[in-house]
Amino acid sequence: MITPATLDAHRAAELAVRASYGRLVAYLASRWRDVAAAEDALGDAFVAALAAWPRDGVPDRPEAWLLAVARRRLLDAGRHAAVAARVLPELRTVVDAAHAAAASAPAFPDERLALLFVCAHPAIDEAMRTPLMLQTVLGLDAARIAAAFIVPATTMGQRLVRVKTKIRDAGIRFEAPDARELPARLGPVLEAIYAAYSSGWEEDVAGAEARRESLADEAIWLGRLVTRLLPEEPEAQGLLALMLHCEARRAARRDEAGAYVPLSRQDVGRWDRAMIGEAERTLYAPGQAGTAGRFQLEAAIQSAHAHRAVSGVTDWEAIALLYEGLVRLAPTIGAQVGRAGALGEARGASAGLAALDALPTEAVAGYQPCWALRAYLLAALGRAAEASRAYARAIDLSRDPAVRTFLAAKEVAYGEKDDLKANFPLDRARRAPLKRSASAPRTPCVRAVSAGQRPIVLAEIRDGGRRRIRATWRRPGRREIEV
Amino acid sequence: MKYTILIYESEADFASRTDERRQAAYWGAYRQYTQALKTAGVMVGGAPLQPGPLGTTLRQRDGRRQVQDGPYAETKEQLGGYYEIDVPDLETALDWAARCPAASTGAVEVRPNLPT
Repeated sequence: MITPATLDAHRAAELAVRASYGRLVAYLASRWRDVAAAEDALGDAFVAALAAWPRDGVPDRPEAWLLAVARRRLLDAGRHAAVAARVLPELRTVVDAAHAAAASAPAFPDERLALLFVCAHPAIDEAMRTPLMLQTVLGLDAARIAAAFIVPATTMGQRLVRVKTKIRDAGIRFEAPDARELPARLGPVLEAIYAAYSSGWEEDVAGAEARRESLADEAIWLGRLVTRLLPEEPEAQGLLALMLHCEARRAARRDEAGAYVPLSRQDVGRWDRAMIGEAERTLYAPGQAGTAGRFQLEAAIQSAHAHRAVSGVTDWEAIALLYEGLVRLAPTIGAQVGRAGALGEARGASAGLAALDALPTEAVAGYQPCWALRAYLLAALGRAAEASRAYARAIDLSRDPAVRTFLAAKEVAYGEKDDLKANFPLDRARRAPLKRSASAPRTPCVRAVSAGQRPIVLAEIRDGGRRRIRATWRRPGRREIEV
Repeated sequence: MKYTILIYESEADFASRTDERRQAAYWGAYRQYTQALKTAGVMVGGAPLQPGPLGTTLRQRDGRRQVQDGPYAETKEQLGGYYEIDVPDLETALDWAARCPAASTGAVEVRPNLPT
C-alpha cells in the first residue's frame, strides 16, 4: 500500500541517490575495482532503502546508509561469488547494521576524479567514454544515453556491460594520474564531456522533445564537476566556458517561427547574459595563466562573438587570429574552416576562399560548414553558378530541417555575415585531426591571459621564440600581429 | 594480476636477429629488458619465437586436419615472442610494455591472463 510515509521515503532515497550517485559509485568502484558490481550493489541498497525507510524512518545521513548497505552487498557477493541469485530478504540483516554504520561512519572520500579518468582511459574505446561517464558519474540509464547517441537501447546496454567488464578484467587502475601524466590524460576526459555536449547539437534546437534528449545539461554539470575537482587546470575551465557560451545562445538560434537564425543575425537580447557572465568569469579566472590549449582558444572565440552583445560589432580580425592559434594547436577540419570563414569576413571573400581551397578535398567533402561557407563566399564574389552548387551540397549535408530551409533561402537571396563554425561548433566531423603542415610549429605554446576588469585576451603562439601571434580585441586599436 | 606482453615485430626486427651489424644491439636490448623484469620481481615467464614463416597453422574440421604453411594471420608485424608478468594493474603493465624494445619498432599488446 502506498502511504505518505512510503512516498517520503521513496523521494528521500531517490534524492540521496541522485545527489550522490556518482560519489557512491566512484567510491565503491575504486575500492572494488569493478564498476558494474558497484552499480549493482548500489541498486540493491536503493531497493533496501525503499523497504526499510518507510518502516524505520529516513536516516540522518542517507548516503552513509546506502554506502553501508552497498559495501556489505559487495562483501557478500565476493564471499558467495558462486551464488548467482540475489535474494532480497537477505538485505534485512544488512539494514540493521546500516543504521548503526550510517550514524558513526566518517565522510567518505570523493573518488569521482579517479572514476572520470577510468572512463576516459586510453584503453577504453573512445566511442564508449562518454556513455560510460554519463552512466557511472551521473547515473543515467542506458536507454537515455542510447537516445542521445541514436543507437538502440539494448545495443547501448550491451556495450556498457562490455566496457565495464574490460575495466575490471584488464585491471585498470582507479586513480587520478599524477602531475606528470595529467596533461596527456586530461584531454580525453574533457573530449568525452565535450562529446556529451555535442550529441544532438543540431537536432536539439528543433523542439522541446529533442531538447530533453540532449545531454547539454549533463555535460555542463560534468564540466563544472571537473573544474571543481581540478581547479588549477585552465583547459577544464576553457571547456566549461566554451559550453556555457554555446548554451547561452541556444534560445537565439531559432526565431519565434522556429526558423534557423545564424550567429551574426541573432538577437543579443535573447542571449542568456547570466550564463555569458559565468562563461567569461570561468575563462578568465584569476591565476589561470600558463599553458593554454584548444578548449581555451575555442572558448575565447565564443567569447569574442559574445562581445557583440556589448560592443554591437564583431571583431573578425581577432577571431581570425584565435582560429589561427587553434589551427596551429589542433589542426582539425572544423578549426580550418572556422579560420577561413573569419578571414573571409576580416579580409574579404577571396581571402576566405583561398584558405578553403588550401584544405585537402577529401577531408572537407562531407563537412557541412565547409560547403555552407564556400557557397557564401562564392556568392559574395558574384560566382552565382558555383555558389548554387555549393549550396546544394551544404543542404544535402544538413541534418537539421531548419538549417536546410535557411540555406535554401540563402541560395535565392544572399548577403550577410556569419561564422558558421561558431554556430556549428560541435560537429563531430571536426574531431578528425588533419595532418600538421610541415610549416606548423612542432610544439606550439599558446597562452590566453587576461588582465583587469575588462579582460584583454591574448593568444600567443611560440615556435622557438620566432613566431608569435597576439590578438587583443577588447580594446580596438591595440592589436598586435607578429608572425 | 598476470598479463602477457605479446611482441609484434616488423620484418626488419626479425632481420636484426641475424644481421651481423645489428644483432648485438637487438639481443642486448632484450637481455637488458628481461633482466629489468627479473630484478623488479615481475617476470613470470616468456619466450622468443621463430619468425612467422616457420609457423604452421592447423584447423581441425569435420574430423579432418587442415594444415597450412605460415602464421595464423599474414600481417605486416608478426608475433615474435611474449613475456608473462605479474603486476598490480594495467597501468603498471603498460609501463613495462613501453620499455620492451619492440614497442619502439613494432608494437606490443598487453593482454590480461584469465585468472586460473
